[in-house]
Amino acid sequence: MIVLLAVAMGVSLGLVLQPTVPLDLQPYLPIAVVAALDALFGGVRAWLEAIFDDRVFVISFVGNVLVASLIVYVGDKLGVGGQLSTSIVVVLGIRIFSNAAAIRRRVFRA
Amino acid sequence: MTDPGTETGTGSLRRRLVRALLARPGRAQLGVAALCGLLAFALVTQVRTAASSGTFASARTDDLVSILADLSGRADRLRSQVADLQRNAALLSNGTTRDAAALAQARARAQTLGILTGTLAARGPGIVLMIEDPQLKIHSDALLNAIEELRDAGAEAMQVAGTGGVVRVVTSTAVGDQGSRVTVDGVALTAPLRLVAIGDPRTLATALGIPGGVVDTVDAAPGAHAIVTTSPAVSVTALRALAAPRYASPAPAPTP
Repeated sequence: MIVLLAVAMGVSLGLVLQPTVPLDLQPYLPIAVVAALDALFGGVRAWLEAIFDDRVFVISFVGNVLVASLIVYVGDKLGVGGQLSTSIVVVLGIRIFSNAAAIRRRVFRA
Repeated sequence: MTDPGTETGTGSLRRRLVRALLARPGRAQLGVAALCGLLAFALVTQVRTAASSGTFASARTDDLVSILADLSGRADRLRSQVADLQRNAALLSNGTTRDAAALAQARARAQTLGILTGTLAARGPGIVLMIEDPQLKIHSDALLNAIEELRDAGAEAMQVAGTGGVVRVVTSTAVGDQGSRVTVDGVALTAPLRLVAIGDPRTLATALGIPGGVVDTVDAAPGAHAIVTTSPAVSVTALRALAAPRYASPAPAPTP
């Protein structure tokens, strides 16, 4: 319940405040969002498998975001930021797909 | 979302979901909720940024560089294309003006030549010379004299009319006698003769009226009479077919 409330609040905050992303953060935000989505799908899967744990979710969420941002940062310093962010999106996309597949199997038994 | 029930049966999924939604928020749930809210906030922000800032604001430096290189290459190609097309346009417009000028020149030349060779009717100021000769005493020499005088005086187009026909007088016109009648280019003409010439009327009239000239000669013949009338507009309407030369052909222009 409180999670749904928080999501609604986040969406409305984003719509109402209309924040502009600082220029330094612009390359990292989309990657961070994708990493967080991955963590979210992992959490849903864990919950469906009844092995969900708050601590694990929080740590994986924050860790995912940090590691993804760090990789992009390092890539930017090395001059391969574009390629590295593409690779992160690909990897996280594959993980999201496999998690979604697990969730689907769990929910629809198919 | 802590779930006390550890049953994994999918049948109880709905029950678990309801229980999770109704569960009292604990401290652990707060963290999860905060993260999910943060995710939603970031997602909305990023979607808005990506939608509003166009393609380039979020692009990376090396991407921008390659895009810039692409664009400048394309601009170069387009610029050279523009130059080519402009050159073509200039060429074509030059060509058309030159063609138009040449066409106008050729047309004017054709008209001049048509009047000179007798293929075109002509009109302009000039004189009419009437020769009345009921006793048929006038012969070709008098008519030839009149034609020569008019030519000398600058007549540009002439025709001779008599009972028997109308003949355009051109460069190749021959005047002769056939019995007591005058022939012009083989056409026998009987008096009264009517000679029409286009040119400066005053000069032409003077040329015919000099003492001992055409008018005097004609008047001297018994019964004959010549009258010169100047007019601001006379017409030379007799035409002449142009025969292509059988033997003469244009000589190449002499090289200086």
